[in-house]
Amino acid sequence: MRAEILALAAQELHPRGASVAALRLVQAHFGWVSTAHLREVADLLGMSADDLDGVATYFNLLFRRPVGRHVIMLCDSVSCWIMGRETLCAHLCRKLGIRPGETTADNAITLLPTVCIGHCDHAPAMLVDNTLHGDVTPASLDHLIATLRDTP
Amino acid sequence: MMAASERPLTAMIDPAAGPPDCATYERAGGWQAARLALGRLTPAEVIDWVTRSKLRGRGGAGFGTGQKWSFVPKEPASERRKYLIANADEMEPGTFKDRWLLEGNPLQLVEGMILAAYAVQAGHGIVFLRGEYQEACVRLDRAIGEARERGWLGENILGSGFSFDIHVHSSAGRYICGEETALLTALEGRRATPRSKPPFPQTGGLWGAPSVVNNVETLCNLPHIIANGPEWFAGLGLGEDGGTKIYGVSGRVAKPGAWELPIGTPLRQIIEDHAGGMRPGYQLRALLPGGASTAFIDTTALDVAMDYGSVEKAGSRLGTGMAIILDERTCPIGMIRNLEHFFAQESCGWCTPCRDGLPWVERLLDAIEDGTGREEDMEQLDRHARMLGAPGRTFCAHAPGAMAPLASGLKLFAADFAAHIQQGRCPHHAGAGP
Repeated sequence: MRAEILALAAQELHPRGASVAALRLVQAHFGWVSTAHLREVADLLGMSADDLDGVATYFNLLFRRPVGRHVIMLCDSVSCWIMGRETLCAHLCRKLGIRPGETTADNAITLLPTVCIGHCDHAPAMLVDNTLHGDVTPASLDHLIATLRDTP
Repeated sequence: MMAASERPLTAMIDPAAGPPDCATYERAGGWQAARLALGRLTPAEVIDWVTRSKLRGRGGAGFGTGQKWSFVPKEPASERRKYLIANADEMEPGTFKDRWLLEGNPLQLVEGMILAAYAVQAGHGIVFLRGEYQEACVRLDRAIGEARERGWLGENILGSGFSFDIHVHSSAGRYICGEETALLTALEGRRATPRSKPPFPQTGGLWGAPSVVNNVETLCNLPHIIANGPEWFAGLGLGEDGGTKIYGVSGRVAKPGAWELPIGTPLRQIIEDHAGGMRPGYQLRALLPGGASTAFIDTTALDVAMDYGSVEKAGSRLGTGMAIILDERTCPIGMIRNLEHFFAQESCGWCTPCRDGLPWVERLLDAIEDGTGREEDMEQLDRHARMLGAPGRTFCAHAPGAMAPLASGLKLFAADFAAHIQQGRCPHHAGAGP
């Protein structure tokens, strides 16, 4: 991974231009960005860890805390709100026994809100591990939760 | 000659077949424009054609594309580092038009970027893509790879002496990156705060080099303007503006979706003919015509032509052209609270009025919607709408955009605000589900 990060940095006019790409690479591999990894990436890019942490904490999709095996990101923006996302969120919280921002005890699922994901013609919508789901209903959520719990 | 379609942007998009490959794209008329421009037109001529086409930026601000390019220093790409950046950070709530173009026909964007880069003589292309658009990222990477393999990207394209290549930057989710100077800051690996202007990006942009940032839909229009001529393109529009526009509708309409129509199509026609009108049992109360940062208009304005000037005269903005419908069974205060939560969360935090003012607005709306609002909260909301809404009081356009639905909502829904405060509860069952 160090070689990959250095290759990303080499593509940029200045190495720090690769900071988001490098952090995404770390997260794709480990699920989140730990402080130890953040420090290593900062070294590779010639940045201070604080400077890079400013970038890492700025973006919604970069996780600085561990998440479960799967991440459900339920859209909380306006079109999905109109189409009933609050009911779905309450349903998910009840079924999973967690609140938004938390992970289930078996570490299977983290529930997070997300801003508009550009699927408003199929609201309410969500991203599950980068896969887009539209026209979400309580029944489709129940099915999804069962599937995710069985998937490593 | 490329078939002069009445819906040029989406004519080649076939969800069942997937995005066209280079050969299919070429058979349908693709690459004609790049061949013509790089072979027979000077960069100045391309800028002139695009200016005459009356194309205006489709990202929301509506600045003339040719005019935007005209501020870029004229040195050839070989003599000065310059950037052409496609803004594919589509994050305006209610907006899903660029996704359609990115997933449906990524080669069209590639050709549009070649044309724009040639016009401003930029050797370096970047697609700034929102991180959530994974499928678009895969298809775009494939299209760029294929275009490079066939000599449409890289050194000395078509023997023209012009060299240009494209790199995809997959972002990580932050609304303000759609603001062009914040986008440049993000590309430099910093917290994406907007920059003061001047210098404008055209003279001092990415890493200090001249840079042009154009929206995806804007760039996708270019192959058609060059292949069919500026007069043809200008003639597609029904009013002052040139071309077609991707319009969309979300909310409780029968058929939410997006459609490519002549720019200037009346709003009523988009809602009734294309979105199929309201769902049975729901009535249209008001709407945001072009995304979350545009002002509400009510049913008295439904006949407005959806072009930049007409929507402005009706008291709002065309924005992204993607309308969000408020039905009469959904609480308008709940809707505004949702919008302001978004803007408060997505404020970059750089300037104090925006960083502190937007959460204040959100808290006031929370109280009113939850039934604990007081009379004096209305005064406070009105004050914020005026102070944060005026351009120049905050560092960038984020807070004024956030105040557009609030200021218009305070007027249009005055009776609803009063009812919430007087009754100490929300009279609607907002967002109660399908």
